[in-house]
Amino acid sequence: MSVKTSPPSRTRPRAADDHPSGDPRFGLIDRTLKRFSFQQDALIEVLHTAQEAFGYLSDDLLIYVAHQLKLPLSWVYGVATFYHFFTLTPQGQHNCIVCMGTACYVKRAAEIVAALQQEFQVTAGETTADGRLSLSTARCLGSCGLAPVLVLDGEVLPRETPESALERVRQQLAAGGAQRATQAAKNGGAGGAGDDEE
Amino acid sequence: MIRADLEAMAQRELQRQQAFRCRILCCASTPCLSSGGSAVYDAINAAVKADGLDADVQAVATGCMGPCSRGPMVTVQMRDGEEVIYEHVTPEVGRQIVAHHAANGPAPTEHVLPHDIPFFAKQKKVVLANSGLIDPERLEDYVARGGYMSMAYALREMTPEEVCREIINSGLRGRGGAGYPTGLKWDMVRKARGEKKYVVANGDEGDPGAYMDRTLMESDPHRVLEGMAIAGYAVGADQGFIYVRGEYPVAAKRLERAIRAAERRGLLGSRVFESNFNFRIDVRIGAGAFVCGEETALMASIMGRRGQPVPRPPYPAQSGLWEKPTLINNVETFGSIAAIIQNGAAWFAEIGTAKSKGTKIFALAGKVDTTGLIEVPMGITLREIVYDIGGGVPDGLAFKAAQTGGPSGGCIPAEHLDTPMDYESLKALGSIMGSGGLIVMDERSCMVDVAKFFMEFCMDESCGKCVPCRVGTVQMHRLLERITSGSATLQDLETLKELCVMVKETSLCGLGQSAPNPVLSTIHYFLDEYEAHIRDRRCPAGVCALDQTPVTEWVHA
Repeated sequence: MSVKTSPPSRTRPRAADDHPSGDPRFGLIDRTLKRFSFQQDALIEVLHTAQEAFGYLSDDLLIYVAHQLKLPLSWVYGVATFYHFFTLTPQGQHNCIVCMGTACYVKRAAEIVAALQQEFQVTAGETTADGRLSLSTARCLGSCGLAPVLVLDGEVLPRETPESALERVRQQLAAGGAQRATQAAKNGGAGGAGDDEE
Repeated sequence: MIRADLEAMAQRELQRQQAFRCRILCCASTPCLSSGGSAVYDAINAAVKADGLDADVQAVATGCMGPCSRGPMVTVQMRDGEEVIYEHVTPEVGRQIVAHHAANGPAPTEHVLPHDIPFFAKQKKVVLANSGLIDPERLEDYVARGGYMSMAYALREMTPEEVCREIINSGLRGRGGAGYPTGLKWDMVRKARGEKKYVVANGDEGDPGAYMDRTLMESDPHRVLEGMAIAGYAVGADQGFIYVRGEYPVAAKRLERAIRAAERRGLLGSRVFESNFNFRIDVRIGAGAFVCGEETALMASIMGRRGQPVPRPPYPAQSGLWEKPTLINNVETFGSIAAIIQNGAAWFAEIGTAKSKGTKIFALAGKVDTTGLIEVPMGITLREIVYDIGGGVPDGLAFKAAQTGGPSGGCIPAEHLDTPMDYESLKALGSIMGSGGLIVMDERSCMVDVAKFFMEFCMDESCGKCVPCRVGTVQMHRLLERITSGSATLQDLETLKELCVMVKETSLCGLGQSAPNPVLSTIHYFLDEYEAHIRDRRCPAGVCALDQTPVTEWVHA
């Protein structure tokens, strides 16, 4: 913790370097960087934008952000790995989050997770081998009145049972939903009530 | 804008609302939306348009109305003051509601929820007074219900010192869980030396099973902003941050919109109400770390760092954000401020018990008939909450325990159902008020399993800075795992108790210090269940598998 970050000061923003890859999504990151006047304190905001734009934080992205904010890469990596929200691995086409908050747990959400894990041969927190489905659990999505809750591609599904959950996910996968999935990936964290919880 | 403009705006909006014969309020908070609320709103809107009733009927998307398990909810307000509440509304029922109230069609009576049921009658709404009645995205709606009047009054008629005194006299205590007197904290920041000070609202509601802050921010964002601005005036800060949990994108969006609307009208930003008081508010979005609910960790996170707590003192009131004096309160605490200024400290102090004043919002969930969000006066008994407001335990099962305070709290067993809900009584029972999650468990819940669940949570969420918490939670979880799998010995139970005390006493921050609470409280009240698991290898609730064999006693002897 040797790096000192500075309080917000209204310094003149520098022009962002264009990224050599020419990927327009870097422009989104640059916009956030400019909005916060390249303050080092805005690191979390910048990482949020980066993850929304790219779906996950690749090494390349972390290096870019570190460079732009003039922070050590270790510092950026430290922050990115500290928070559950940020993921350093690519996510599946479809995203299924099972809430494991207290209310859902008391109403047996664990059985839903077990059923999904068995059916799709994936452990919670990981993506299936074919990259079709990411399964994760979350610590309370704040819809406790509707427990147990499932979030499938950003849509909150209340009062699920293991059977209904399996059915929903199967349907979603079968529907192909290529469009939806890209949509969800674009929206990233903003899409659902808590995407990408580890 | 000056005060007269604000009053004129309120007047205009009230007139506009009274021009409608009826207003149909559709709950658009997350729980109702997930049960199909948006389709209902669209259907009602379409029906109003189709029948050419635009001038007569207004459909409004509002915040939470309370009984979330009965959603989607719709309230109809008639011009003569009559109100009808509907539950489990479908698009078809929505059309019927429009037809009934606007054109004398048949009433969907089976969906009517009576007003006088205990769920509503036993509540007292102060912080949630507007929730479910206003469109959270419209500033005018809030102003029409007296919004920003308290701020106008405080800025014109009161000195910062008087504001602090008023809050001290009201007896308001922090709603985030610890219950520190809010006014004293304000006064401390006010007296702290420094040109630059900050106000922070803690909306990082991490406790699983709690969603009060989320609902408040989503249903009535301006109330939180007004409270923060009054706080800013009282302590001498010109910058506020509101830290919203990353899992709540809707809340963050509504707050940002609300801030922009208020800034446009001169209610926030520079020269508020054309006085010399400036106050900016920025939203900061969390990234999924429970420990960031702890104030020093939260401030680290606002500064873009890893959310790790630092030892106190120095307290944030002396040295917080960027080493400047910082006032940090829960959003629900800020939600109470406007009402205190408006009605006076004496009014607020009359509600509640001797030491716990005012009202508290609870998220009632788990095994009760009606789950949802309730606001009750402090000192109400747990029995009233579970049996009257919640409607009792469904399926004819027996009440076993209520869990308050999430992973930092404990369980209250059936024999203490008549305990008043206030800070001191809950603490005496080994639980805490916490942020307000209240989860009811029936006889099918295994208390050892529940303790294991919370320990797993704390183990995952430990930030890893101090050893007792980082290592202790893992070891405690392992011991609980052994008990629930049937491989534990009685010696393990002793070790578990010892570890609990050690972690509680030596951890750096609130997370570690309170992590053993669920275990200690379940051991205290449900020791027989622990012993049944270990001695008889039997789970009384039938939850645990207990398929492992015990390690022989001599290993531990």
